[in-house]
Amino acid sequence: MVMEKVDLNLVYERPESLTETTTHYCPGCTHGTAHRLVAEVLDEMGIREKAIGVAPVGCSVFAYDYFNHDFVEAAHGRAPAMATGIKRVRPENTVYTYQGDGDLASIGMGEIVHAAIRGENITVIFINNAIYGMTGGQMAPTTLPGMKTTSSPLGRDVEIVGYPVRMAEMLATADGASYVVRQSLHDPAHVRKAKKAIRKAFEVQERGLGFSIVELLSACPTNWGLTPVEALHFVRDNMVPYFPLGDYKVIDEVAKLRV
Amino acid sequence: MEKSIIVSGFGGQGTLFAGQVLAYAALDAGKYVTWIPSYGPEMRGGTARCTVTISDEEIGSPLTRNPAIVLAMNLPSLDKYEPLMQPGGLMLANASLINRKMDRSDVRGIYIPAARMAEEIGNPRLANMIMVGAMLAAEEVLPLDVVKEALENHLPERHKKTLPMNFQAMDQGAAFVKDAIAA
Amino acid sequence: MAKELLKGNEAFAEAAVRAGVEGFFGYPITPASEFLEYMAKRMPALGRAFLQAESEIAAIHMVYGAACAGKRALTATSGPGLSLMSEALSYIAGTEVPAVVVNVMRGGPGLGNIAPSQSDYNQMVKGGGHGDYFPIVLAPATVQEAIDYITLAFDLADKYRSLVFIVVDGNLGQMMESAELPPMRELRKEPPEWAVYGAKDRDPNILTSIYIDPPDEEITNIRLLKRWMEIEKNEVRYKEYDLDDAEVAVVSFGVAGRVCSSAVKTAREEGIKVGLFRPITVAPFPFKQIEALSKRVKRILVVEMNTGQMLDDVKRAVGGRVPVEFYGRIGGVTPFPDEILDEIRRINESEDAIEDGMEKVQWLERLEERIARGE
Repeated sequence: MVMEKVDLNLVYERPESLTETTTHYCPGCTHGTAHRLVAEVLDEMGIREKAIGVAPVGCSVFAYDYFNHDFVEAAHGRAPAMATGIKRVRPENTVYTYQGDGDLASIGMGEIVHAAIRGENITVIFINNAIYGMTGGQMAPTTLPGMKTTSSPLGRDVEIVGYPVRMAEMLATADGASYVVRQSLHDPAHVRKAKKAIRKAFEVQERGLGFSIVELLSACPTNWGLTPVEALHFVRDNMVPYFPLGDYKVIDEVAKLRV
Repeated sequence: MEKSIIVSGFGGQGTLFAGQVLAYAALDAGKYVTWIPSYGPEMRGGTARCTVTISDEEIGSPLTRNPAIVLAMNLPSLDKYEPLMQPGGLMLANASLINRKMDRSDVRGIYIPAARMAEEIGNPRLANMIMVGAMLAAEEVLPLDVVKEALENHLPERHKKTLPMNFQAMDQGAAFVKDAIAA
Repeated sequence: MAKELLKGNEAFAEAAVRAGVEGFFGYPITPASEFLEYMAKRMPALGRAFLQAESEIAAIHMVYGAACAGKRALTATSGPGLSLMSEALSYIAGTEVPAVVVNVMRGGPGLGNIAPSQSDYNQMVKGGGHGDYFPIVLAPATVQEAIDYITLAFDLADKYRSLVFIVVDGNLGQMMESAELPPMRELRKEPPEWAVYGAKDRDPNILTSIYIDPPDEEITNIRLLKRWMEIEKNEVRYKEYDLDDAEVAVVSFGVAGRVCSSAVKTAREEGIKVGLFRPITVAPFPFKQIEALSKRVKRILVVEMNTGQMLDDVKRAVGGRVPVEFYGRIGGVTPFPDEILDEIRRINESEDAIEDGMEKVQWLERLEERIARGE
């Protein structure tokens, strides 16, 4: 057998927009995937040096330790307001928030809705894993009906606590929103689609086209009580049907973008 | 010397603006001055009131319980301030809307049919300037020409064409008082 | 620049503009709304950021963001708005970024009313938000002082990376007074080195109020406290009137203080040896100066437009050396000079000791009599 001589190409490396460190995320958590996708996009677009991230309160509270660019840490839910303040005085910078479902869809509902209504020229990365991770697995605004959490031990009873909120659908109704999309991180094909959406969202901001948000369905194996693989299947089988994937708002100028 | 002047009446009678004209004039005359409107609960019942304090020295309280001069554009204003006025003070009453004289004898009262005189000039809203002219003739507060200049400088642009009428109103207010004193 | 007749809120706003504010974020509330309205015209005309936020919560977080971006930023509000802002104020303090907040105080608690009040003294001076932090609080009494101290507020905020409050009451916000505005300052060209503006040719800057390890938070708390001690040493400001030979001292801040100055003037004409001490920084509070004062007067009268909030600080400074009396009007009522004059006359004759706490009981009796008289 003759060994064929091949050139060794580097096909995978740490994006410059990520720091060289170990994250605190649990095994099987998709925050790491989402972080990497954002970092790859910042690298590819060459905007790391002007990026300013706004971290939420939640599991990704320490996102600023993992991204290799300027970062601020917001109060719970207020990241869109803080990002607004930054973007309004530094329009030349790329400003984005990275928020979870408790942060964005519960306590920060007012801030995210008004940022969208204003057409604030920022990008929002919204991690929807249907649970409060950092505080130990309580019911989130996006917790599915019947889903057990530490604060809905018998399963979410919609008769008592109401229904999950579909943020992408809601924000798509805002005249100020330019690009609203929901993708999922449960398998490689969807991860690729998610990256494309993130890229487009940042392109929207770079072109001054207004408010962009990418909702990413994510897994929380620890608080769901599932293995990492089971958790990804849970996203596919239970979350995707309730939170359908796809573009919810794409204004004409955004539709023309080639990403 | 410090003088506190209250201009008081219904909303729409130009009381706040009359006070502002005096305040601008006081500034032009090199005095210390404060102008403070009644706002909040005092606005109940549509009354509009401001206190103007003019002084040769830095002003402490911008408000006073016992004013030296009151321009009462309506009866509730006269009723309110008659008992509060400083002894030796000056009450100018818009006699067109005020059907009584003051009971106090230690306060000078000038009763001037300001609303009727204003209508004769051609605009009932000039009553405030008639009262201002009358006050300046009755009490040495500020020179009339300084107040006129202040009015010219601070009358909103859209009202500039009414400047001659405003001057006329001040002059007639002043003339009324001079006649009354001479009589 | 010559003196002009300036309306309080508008003059304060223009002072902020001239001090180089690059971001104003606010929400309408009486009696501070003219500030917002003025900025709505002025800031865009200068190409600077103005935004009416969806709430006071959002407004102050926008200020927080702009401050992190290294720009001078402020908001103006009144008590109910301040309560909503408490969250971000604590974060701003914890992140150690400079920001200026103007509180045009009105009557409370609750919705209260829109009339002038000083009842947010404790809220401002003692914090209001969670955690150990120490805002600088400036309490001007005239339109000119407010203009001057808004300029100073930005300088102090930058110097100490601190939160600075300007507290005025509705009287000062609504009144017109002759005053002079400072010249327009040039905007800062280079961002402060700690700010977020893009990590080009440097390591990333991270601005946060999290110190997850208690020892790290402890060190942070020590740093904040030491900085505050430095502020206490350097930045105490106050004004004295007729105190040289005074036997009675009035202590009062803001508009209440200037009302007292009128009463003191009249009392002097009557031959009463009385003077006025008016703190301008209510935080840092002039403890040492009032302590010294208490060693040379016989009696002290504290006057506030609240139920005696600064009174506690004055009593701490006086340390029981001389009797401290209190007079206040509350609920949005501004005292007239004659009320303070009555108090000065009474106190000048009084030799009675006052048991701790009784100064308020006695004041309430006198106040209720006065209210019964229709005053």
